[in-house]
Amino acid sequence: MKIIVAGDGQVGRAVTRQLSREGYDLTVIDPNPEVLAASETRYDVMIVQGNAATMGTLRTAGVESADLLIAATSADEVNLLCCLTARKMNPSIHTIARVRNPEYTEQQFAMREELGLSMTVNPEKVAAEEIYRTLQIPAFVGRDTFAKGKVEIVELEVRADSKLAGVPLNQLNQIVGVKVLVCAVTRDEETVIPNGSYVIQPGDHIHVTAQADKLARFMKNLKISTHPVNSVLVIGGGRVGFYLTQLLLAGGMNVKIIEENYDRCVELATAFPKASVYHGNGTSQKVLDTEGIEHADAVVTLTGSDEENLIVSMYANQLGVKKVITQITHMEHTAMFEKMGAGTMVVPKDLCSAHIVRYVRAMYNQTGEMLALHRVAGERVEAMEFRVDENVRYCGIPLKDIPLRKNILLASVSRRGEPVIPDGSTAFQPGDTAIVVASDIQPPIRQMNDIFAR
Amino acid sequence: MNFKGIARIVGIALLLEACFMLPGMLLSLWDGEPDVALAYLATEVIVLAVGGALFLWGRNARGAFYEQEGFVATSLSWIALSVLGCLPFVFSGQIPSYVDALFEMVSGFTTTGASILTDVEAMSRGLLLWRSASHWIGGMGILVFLLAVTPAGGGYTMHLLRAESPGPSVGKLTPRMGQTTKILYGMYIVLTIVNLLFLLAGGMPMFDAVCTALGTAGTGGFGIKADSMASYSPYIQNVTTVFMLIFGVNFTVYYMIVLRRFSAALMDEELRLYLGVFALSTAGIAWNIRSMYATLEETVRHAAFQVSTIMTTTGYATTDFDLWPSFSKGILLMLMLLGACAGSTGGGLKMARVLLLMKNLHRSVRRSLHPNTVRVVKVNGEPVSEWVLSNANAYVTAYCVMLMGSYLLVSLDGFSIEANISAVFSCFNNIGPGFAEVGPTLSFAGYSAFSKIILTLDMLFGRLEIFPMLVLFSRHTWKRSL
Repeated sequence: MKIIVAGDGQVGRAVTRQLSREGYDLTVIDPNPEVLAASETRYDVMIVQGNAATMGTLRTAGVESADLLIAATSADEVNLLCCLTARKMNPSIHTIARVRNPEYTEQQFAMREELGLSMTVNPEKVAAEEIYRTLQIPAFVGRDTFAKGKVEIVELEVRADSKLAGVPLNQLNQIVGVKVLVCAVTRDEETVIPNGSYVIQPGDHIHVTAQADKLARFMKNLKISTHPVNSVLVIGGGRVGFYLTQLLLAGGMNVKIIEENYDRCVELATAFPKASVYHGNGTSQKVLDTEGIEHADAVVTLTGSDEENLIVSMYANQLGVKKVITQITHMEHTAMFEKMGAGTMVVPKDLCSAHIVRYVRAMYNQTGEMLALHRVAGERVEAMEFRVDENVRYCGIPLKDIPLRKNILLASVSRRGEPVIPDGSTAFQPGDTAIVVASDIQPPIRQMNDIFAR
Repeated sequence: MNFKGIARIVGIALLLEACFMLPGMLLSLWDGEPDVALAYLATEVIVLAVGGALFLWGRNARGAFYEQEGFVATSLSWIALSVLGCLPFVFSGQIPSYVDALFEMVSGFTTTGASILTDVEAMSRGLLLWRSASHWIGGMGILVFLLAVTPAGGGYTMHLLRAESPGPSVGKLTPRMGQTTKILYGMYIVLTIVNLLFLLAGGMPMFDAVCTALGTAGTGGFGIKADSMASYSPYIQNVTTVFMLIFGVNFTVYYMIVLRRFSAALMDEELRLYLGVFALSTAGIAWNIRSMYATLEETVRHAAFQVSTIMTTTGYATTDFDLWPSFSKGILLMLMLLGACAGSTGGGLKMARVLLLMKNLHRSVRRSLHPNTVRVVKVNGEPVSEWVLSNANAYVTAYCVMLMGSYLLVSLDGFSIEANISAVFSCFNNIGPGFAEVGPTLSFAGYSAFSKIILTLDMLFGRLEIFPMLVLFSRHTWKRSL
């Protein structure tokens, strides 16, 4: 499948990295020859220098024979024009545009219809939604929802005094009193898909799959607070801050924003009369102390500088703030961050690229449509939701008799909206949806049938 | 340095070499020469053992693979291939001296075609086939072949392509490396077979046709006759003239033709310069040697063949051009420097680089007259980055330094100036024959072992375009730390 990526910036690079690993024919367009040269040597891609919204550049990139165009330049308008031009030159091409300006939110659907876009993505909005989800239950380091919110995969840190410390996984259900499944464990920067004899140790990050209603019981039995946060301190009022404030206010939380740019403060104060907006340098300790950082339930650092975000988050963590979330925009997400004590990491470009990759894999699919794709524990582990149809093999066969590939786990099967945590006797049928967790798999899983060894 | 990653690549390259040696071994069995076959067998065992060991050690290579690793892997692969590939000559006793055998093998892989054999026809056919096959492998490059047949592992592959493919700027034809290299080798194989068919149609014996086609395709030039191509019919000579020219063209042009973008292919500035230089040199030489041959046809045929063979850095000959007048020899010497097109199987400076340098020179002259002038160097309508220009300048500087140094060292043997200069030019630019003592009817056998080693290195430096080999001599390369 031929894919053109227009724009070799943060999101473009993240998408390129992921898609080139999955073996598509990629062509990257950017006006800057230096970033292109870097992409050419790092990934197996072809490069074209120029303005991606011009016919000449698109023709050089082979738009006539391409299957998909991903427009991810820094300007929304260029992205839209690029998709429009590409559609004119090749009416059958699929187009994905990044549209990030909040002002275009209202006309999002009209534009998609009018310009024939297959999808629009907004990295900042996706990031804000992700942050909002994690803030709802602060005990979760990370949280992903599937099956229309009925199944969740949550990441928890096992503390030394936890009931789970030292417990082998096959005894987990007796101890917590509900049926849940640990689908992945991160220990010492390595994530594995564990089997029943795996023993949980303090310091591990466990990824738990559970029905949403069972999850509350699970948390209660483990004596982990499930109260949502009440007051949130947002440092940096950029686009992510904007979308996040919108969500938090709608969720009835108290929001305090610290923003350095006065004009931006005025904009935010105009848009959100209920939020408290402070003008000041959010990375200065004095400002933070004055604004009562230690009294916040949660601190979210969203400035444009990764380094400043990390340092402020570490400071907040030291003061004992219950929930700290750090945005990483420029750097590549690595395991190094997990050890820094800067709380949960949110990487907008990776979230956005996961959305795009899901679309690409779905395009490639013949059977077993992919409904959702989430990255769990950095880049390595993926959780995917599939719709089971007639062409999926092994329908109606008990799970213990199905040959799955290595490092793959079937985490949940939902029938008519009712999720089940599977055991050896569970079988799936056409019409079900299934959640699959896979760790570091090559070749990648594009459709349901890819999870079987034979 | 990622030594495991490098070992893996060198290992695979050696395993591929073992496969490429099989036809020579089978031919020597067919010819009833068990001693040659045995020499092959012994070599195969050594190559498989070394290649297998390197591959096994490096198969789980992890970690980064950057420019430096790409350069080192490329030059080490070429050295390993030559050092082990020459063993059949030594084991069979047909080239008893190891230095001579190594010279011959490097001359083969670098598509030079310079030989130390005083009597080619005495060598057994099984070994002659391997000699010519090495031209074919070296022409497009063993690592390009490796990239075509092994699944690409990560993004490092671009460094290997850059290090091995000639020219000032190397790009891919299609998004994926595996596909690009498959297309390159696909076109290469098809053109070689077409060449072979043309030669067979002219009544050339099968074995001769295969060896000639392999040597032409790689622009190598090992002859299997003492007089190279002189005793073949005019038809075969003309076919070879045309095919040498064809293999000296940038393969991107053929890809354009495959894509039916004919105007882009024909408007290519490098191609036009290349054909222009060919026509002009042929005309100049034909006029200069008009009194030496009986008919106009013969004059033009010899002139065109010699221009083609030197320009594409092949190195066949249809006549002893050492007997030609000075002007003609002068033209040939200049053509040795220029070489063929970038992205072809030929050597030399490359037309693309000459084009860049001339345009840059033009700009510098303008700038010295009008200091505030702003001009952009363009090739095929596309602006050329300053980085590429300064690289081309650096390359020529390194090129001149290497030529001068080798010339001085080779001069120790006391041959004529003409012989020494042409020998160094010929080896560095991967041509083959020179003038005087190393003329087309003679060989490099007379040089001392020391000079042969210098010339062997020149061939490798010239084929890999200096920098990948130079990296091997940097002490930073061999330190494990920063």
